[in-house]
Amino acid sequence: MTDKRKLHLSLFLVFLKMSPLTFGGGYALIPAIEREVVEKKSWLRREEVADLFAVSGTVPGAVAANSAAFIGYRIAGVSGAIAALLGICLPTFVLMIVLSVFYVQFKDNPKIEAAFTAIRATVAALIAFAAIKVARSSIVDFASGALATGAALLLFTGIHPLWVIALGAAAGMLWVHFRALRGKETKIKDKEPVYDYMI
Amino acid sequence: MLIHLFAMFFLVGLVSFGGGYAMIPLIQEEILNRYRWMEAGQFADIVAVAGMSPGPIATNIAVAVGYRQAGWLGAALAALAVVLPSFALILAAGKLFFRYRDNPRVAAAFYGLRAVVVGLVAYAAVSFARHAGMVTAAPDWRTWCQLAIFVGSLFALIYLHKHPFVVILLSGLVGIALYG
Repeated sequence: MTDKRKLHLSLFLVFLKMSPLTFGGGYALIPAIEREVVEKKSWLRREEVADLFAVSGTVPGAVAANSAAFIGYRIAGVSGAIAALLGICLPTFVLMIVLSVFYVQFKDNPKIEAAFTAIRATVAALIAFAAIKVARSSIVDFASGALATGAALLLFTGIHPLWVIALGAAAGMLWVHFRALRGKETKIKDKEPVYDYMI
Repeated sequence: MLIHLFAMFFLVGLVSFGGGYAMIPLIQEEILNRYRWMEAGQFADIVAVAGMSPGPIATNIAVAVGYRQAGWLGAALAALAVVLPSFALILAAGKLFFRYRDNPRVAAAFYGLRAVVVGLVAYAAVSFARHAGMVTAAPDWRTWCQLAIFVGSLFALIYLHKHPFVVILLSGLVGIALYG
């Protein structure tokens, strides 16, 4: 096996191992990346981890997949990015299919149906929890609070979510621009970015 | 069908700022109203299964929807579609990001984006609860129990810092005891 091949395999395996940690959030992924990627493999320096999560959180998509692709790319180019991405996606892909098959097989079973009645309520709580966490880091002043409320109300009128996303970006730019014209500065950086809701 | 599947999840991958949970309203709109692939209740069940599984929720939903519509090929295609845009952007962003990170316009756009993501996720929670039958004009004991489980789960997540997997597992057991 050539060195390049070995590197690809090693990237694949490291992220394969981390994949189950991406459950419900990335708090678990940050220490895992520090341990596996920084300490064991020395692929990144510790201070680069903050940059890594800043890039992964800025680009659309799941932070776990983004950081895998980013690290893979840094270490071994495009093919490295593919190897790392496959590693992080494969286990959850297979598990999701297994769960889908299981669900289709057993959804009419009264015990499973009973469990699911309760689990649906918990999943609603999980989504509400995600909303609270995002709100904590994204609602930094009155205007962003008003924008969030406006977005939710607009969605209830049946507007397509894509419009809400586009309006949000435009509104942010306009608001900061107008405040700057009046000589006011807007605090646009959040206190501490939340990574795990994106995962 | 396969083309629609790919196009839809590519779009989802492209705009999923703030990630998975914020994308539920978009996926829901496309699947229920545009392509009419399933009923609201079936979609709610897919979201529930996706929430139970590790991995990014948008990718999980893509896999489940793809598998349901077109088997293994559909699942693989939908998963590829959802990661492809961010994958391409990550490769580009490796260079671009550091140039534009401090650009005030980009920062201002994200100030607005992050705020509407809160709205999107909050809407996703309410609309999921509605499809799960938790919001009705005439609640019976089942609905009241669901609301109690909702509050209990939220409490366990926020204040007891319980792992989502543990909360889901316990909730399933409570469900079997209550409704079984």
